[in-house]
Amino acid sequence: MSEQITGAQSLVHSLESAGVTDIFGIPGGAILPLYDPLMDSSQIRHILVRHEQGAGHAAEGYAYTSGKVGVCMATSGPGATNLVTPIADANMDSVPMVAITGQVSSSFIGTDAFQEADIRGITMPITKHSFLVTKADDIPRAIAEAFYLASSGRPGPVLVDVAKDALQAMTTFEWPSSIDLPGYHPVTRPHAKQVREAARMIVDAKAPVLYIGGGVIRAGASESLRKLAEIAGLPVVTTLMARGAFPDTHPQHMGMPGMHGSVSAVGALQQSDLLITLGARFDDRVTGKLSTFAPNAAVIHADIDPAEIGKNRHADVPIVGDLSEIIPELIVALEAEFEAGRRGDYGAWWQQLTRMKETYPLGYETPDDGSLAPQYVIKRLGEISGTDSIFAAGVGQHQMWAAQFINYEKPNTWINSGGLGTMGFAVPAAMGAKVGAPDKTVWAVDGDGCFQMTNQELVTCTINEIPIKVALMNNSSLGMVRQWQTLFYNSRYSNTDLHSYRIPDFVKLADAYGCHGLRCESPDEVDATIEKALSLNDAPVVIDFIVHRDAMVWPMVAAGASNDDIQIARDLAPEWGSDD
Amino acid sequence: MSRHTLSVLVENKPGVLARVASLFSRRGFNIESLAVGPTEISDISRMTIVVNVEDSPLEQVTKQLNKLINVLKIVELDAESSVQREIMLVKVRSDNESRSSILETVQMFRAKVVDVAPDALTIEATGNNDKLTALLKVLEPFGVKELVQSGMVAVGRGARSITDRAARPADKGA
Repeated sequence: MSEQITGAQSLVHSLESAGVTDIFGIPGGAILPLYDPLMDSSQIRHILVRHEQGAGHAAEGYAYTSGKVGVCMATSGPGATNLVTPIADANMDSVPMVAITGQVSSSFIGTDAFQEADIRGITMPITKHSFLVTKADDIPRAIAEAFYLASSGRPGPVLVDVAKDALQAMTTFEWPSSIDLPGYHPVTRPHAKQVREAARMIVDAKAPVLYIGGGVIRAGASESLRKLAEIAGLPVVTTLMARGAFPDTHPQHMGMPGMHGSVSAVGALQQSDLLITLGARFDDRVTGKLSTFAPNAAVIHADIDPAEIGKNRHADVPIVGDLSEIIPELIVALEAEFEAGRRGDYGAWWQQLTRMKETYPLGYETPDDGSLAPQYVIKRLGEISGTDSIFAAGVGQHQMWAAQFINYEKPNTWINSGGLGTMGFAVPAAMGAKVGAPDKTVWAVDGDGCFQMTNQELVTCTINEIPIKVALMNNSSLGMVRQWQTLFYNSRYSNTDLHSYRIPDFVKLADAYGCHGLRCESPDEVDATIEKALSLNDAPVVIDFIVHRDAMVWPMVAAGASNDDIQIARDLAPEWGSDD
Repeated sequence: MSRHTLSVLVENKPGVLARVASLFSRRGFNIESLAVGPTEISDISRMTIVVNVEDSPLEQVTKQLNKLINVLKIVELDAESSVQREIMLVKVRSDNESRSSILETVQMFRAKVVDVAPDALTIEATGNNDKLTALLKVLEPFGVKELVQSGMVAVGRGARSITDRAARPADKGA
């Protein structure tokens, strides 16, 4: 007969059996019974954060660098509702995450008890799945299923809400030997006929382009993507979520498409006759006005989630499956085409692409008053820190510049909030990323607006010896909103001035948090400051880069406009050129 | 826009109805009618959902529904190859003068009277939507005091059953 243990002990055993080694969380009333046996686990390190939102984003960052499911934990009511933003974030960006929340005792559920919130109901539209566990005996199965669901198919967040009495009741522990989810069968093997059809279209095309989304990174298919691009000689664009899926320095890389994409990447999509879409979802920030997106292109669309196919754009060749299986099969099918003497002739296309790439490289203006261009800072950050470093960004101008001006050569070195656009993502995500990859240099590239939403987690970093580095692009404003006000609201800066040139003093704040605080105000100090930060590894580092506040993100496709109307600077459109 | 009838087999677990309803609302699809009930298999329930959408959003509805972990199977039933029924209970004003003509109508539609009061008749009718609409149109002049209608339930014609495969133990497709 198995040993009688509490539900809480069973939950700790379950987490251990699921391979969990790190959890980010905060205890509270309803989840207290769980925290007691958690203290005795030698396998699990629990990192006590300062706000549950930090726990959630840390779990996301951790998932990126560790390749495992990120785990966050909170108590009922407000603890659980503070997890809502990171759960929604993980759902939009398909990050494997399990959120464990305490719930009031089952007899109190529905009575508006103290710290009661229907977190399962609240998170229903933003989770892949969720469980409410009210019986101790059900704990192992719920945890096993949660981890399986979070990490398989299209990854995503799964919530397990556990009633306090289920944690306190006596039970026996048995880890389920198999998972039985009759309604869940993600298709991983692609349909061979569709793959062959895709290969035929690729060799027949005149102007094909690989439109790469974050799915390639989630599938761990970067290596095979590179092989595919090289054997077929195809140009590649990587979306915001796919930065690092294909080396930025590779000559076939056309850059990032989208609202702030490079002319060559946007142009490659617009002028293409075949989009080979792998793990991307035709997001509005990529397509611009949908009806004018890549108007002459046929579409191959491969994704593990069948619901993405045809959602925004009709797919001529839909392929459902895991990209780590689809891409190798596509390579085989293409090689068969080549052997049969059929090969695409993309000579004219490459001429066109090369001209776009050479004529319209990414650039920025250096302010003539000697102040710092944020783009320059970020560019130097990438160059000095190197391609082994990991960069987590907040949301806004600094995020776009970090996507544009840092070269990403490897998958999972770029971590950002793409779908939800969550300000405050960077610091906690970098913290989680550093826990998942302690030997890597991890930067949070942040803005002064974002930083003030979640910087309390620097305390967590200092106390738990998680020495992340924060590069703060301090333009004293909500920069991206300010940019839109400049462009579309007659430069009326309604509520975007944060006054953070004066308050707070970020160097003092860093000091108060036990971090190293550095400040940099002129271009000639940039390299030395970054190098200093790289040399300090005994505590987190915060660099307050005082940057020019009128710097803008270019190129830009205005919201709702056609990609054809991309501007490389204010009122300046590229010449698409003749068909030479 | 056209009407589509979806038969959805779901695991009989708490929260399934909320998940389905929330999905329709979140994705902006309109449910015209919804009926839920048990099936011949104890842990499987069946929802019959009538939606009014174009064909391509319908494909999205189906795909999104399929992503719900507790949804086992979705089948679209078209009107020609399935039997579709709704039930309607309608309370009509009636007095000695009008009663006989109401009863005539009831007979004509093969409906039946399930309750009689001195000044009202309650009529039960089953059928497809068209039939019930027609009946209601004829009853309206008498004065409808109260009307309640069920969602539609539907079953495919012929010997095949949509629960056959869903009831089998899951083949773990990776």
